[in-house]
Amino acid sequence: MSIADPTVAPSPKRPFWGDDPWPFVVLAAVALLPLVAIKPTTWLVLTVAGLAMGMMIFIMASGLTLVFGLMGVINFGHGAFISLGAFLGATVLLRMGAWTGVDSIAMNLLAVVPAMVFAVAVTGALGWAFERAIIRPVYDNHLKQILVTIGGIIVAEQMIHVVWGPDQIALPRPTAFKGALGYGEIVFEKYRLLACVLGLAVFVGLHYMLNRTKLGLLIRAGVENGPMVEALGYRIRLLFVLVFVAGSALAGLGGVMWGLYQELITAGMGMEVMVLVFIVIIVGGLGSVGGCFMGAILVGLVANYTGYLAPKIALASNIGLMVAILMWRPQGLFPVIRQ
Amino acid sequence: MAEALLSLAGVHTHIGRYHILQGVDMAVPEGRLTMLLGRNGAGKTTTLKTIIGLCKASQGTLRFAGEEIQARATPEISRLGIAYVPEDMGIFAGLTVKENMSLAARDGEIDDARLRWVFKLFPPMEKFWSLRAGFLSGGQKQMLAISRAVIEKRRLILIDEPTKGLAPAIIGALIEAFLELKRSGATILLVEQNFHMARSVGDGVFVMDDGRVVHAGAMAELAADEALQKRLLGLSLGAHQ
Repeated sequence: MSIADPTVAPSPKRPFWGDDPWPFVVLAAVALLPLVAIKPTTWLVLTVAGLAMGMMIFIMASGLTLVFGLMGVINFGHGAFISLGAFLGATVLLRMGAWTGVDSIAMNLLAVVPAMVFAVAVTGALGWAFERAIIRPVYDNHLKQILVTIGGIIVAEQMIHVVWGPDQIALPRPTAFKGALGYGEIVFEKYRLLACVLGLAVFVGLHYMLNRTKLGLLIRAGVENGPMVEALGYRIRLLFVLVFVAGSALAGLGGVMWGLYQELITAGMGMEVMVLVFIVIIVGGLGSVGGCFMGAILVGLVANYTGYLAPKIALASNIGLMVAILMWRPQGLFPVIRQ
Repeated sequence: MAEALLSLAGVHTHIGRYHILQGVDMAVPEGRLTMLLGRNGAGKTTTLKTIIGLCKASQGTLRFAGEEIQARATPEISRLGIAYVPEDMGIFAGLTVKENMSLAARDGEIDDARLRWVFKLFPPMEKFWSLRAGFLSGGQKQMLAISRAVIEKRRLILIDEPTKGLAPAIIGALIEAFLELKRSGATILLVEQNFHMARSVGDGVFVMDDGRVVHAGAMAELAADEALQKRLLGLSLGAHQ
């Protein structure tokens, strides 16, 4: 009989939806209802576009939801790391025009991957500095957190203007990721497929880390009850710094993805996309990575379906989604259990 | 007289603008189960939180195994060998029983013999090993909280009101578990409102009132003196048997 031996007690096989199938029912309803008004081929194209958008928002939002869940820190400055990531990635990509301009996936990836690694490394390091200089003095004070992190994003935007200039920068996609793959009326943009793959990889990686490693166990416990984790002998502040750095790095990665998606980057792009990021983490349940993933998919799908069916209400559609979900579940789809 | 493993001298603690502990003096002997009794609001929970570092002492000295701990952070105090079971049990409801216990094993590995001993102490832990702790009953959660505190050998175990809101049958099981822990040589400081429990398991007792220790002595003496109980705790033993 050992802790490593799962036969100590029978472990019932749980369904993939865990103990609560209702959020999955909502997701299925949101995904399938538009079929009433949209041709199946168009619906398939819109669904993939929605998933791609959702995956990119998930990459940007996943770190923020853990930061809030673990320490209750409201970081409006998260958008700065998205903008910075985009500019850092662009700096590398624009210098590798010879690699991005050829129609070769391998050559393009040899440019895109270093750009992403550079953006992730620098935004991660800046996240560490941001946590020490800006966040640490205002732990346990939400009002000050909001004020100083909004101040942080304003300073960051101005720093981007100083370093990269005040103009928006065109960031064309590498040649192999331009255009679309298709069969008849079904057409998928190549870049959106890449975004789906990358977002899914980030989700699987986070899911593995949170559910299969001691670090993930500590993060999940810390989100529920930080003081008890400390009483068990673990330094929750150190854990928080690690999560903050990882969250900032993911925002940087998301910034590169979003920049290539829009093919245009501005210093204010992080702040603009933060509206969607906040909707996603609120809809998913603050502190829940699984909820963030599902919230991001819902937001992406709703934005694309309403953009096609009723473009005039597309901008408000995600606010409507958030209101509807909060009326049903005030703590989001997958609320984190706290003592 | 056993040597004091933990001692508090003139400890004051403030929570916000409230002055909760107002000069607590206490010596917890090694290898004994010491009860900490008192009315609601006397400062018992704050005393435990001050020992583990979740509340900071504003004045006074806390000494554990010869080392001053009042300036140390909670994880550091915990790593000296102090386990803490809070009043709300501190269970991670979204984690399984196994994961809750794994967190208490700091090197990640639970000793097999120790695990068997804990399963013998609290059989539901074996039965619900893979279940999320949020699904356990109140009594089972308390068992998990105590199991987690003892899954590795600790020098001192602080437990805050383990019988609160539990059925008599569960309280009986907890009493048996505490007696077994005593036999294993554990040093325990146990906050309790249930006098029957206190009388059954306690070796020594401190009674607190208004943020101070107002009585210290053997548990048997307090249990035998109904007038003293009434004066210190406002209760009679007969009513709690």
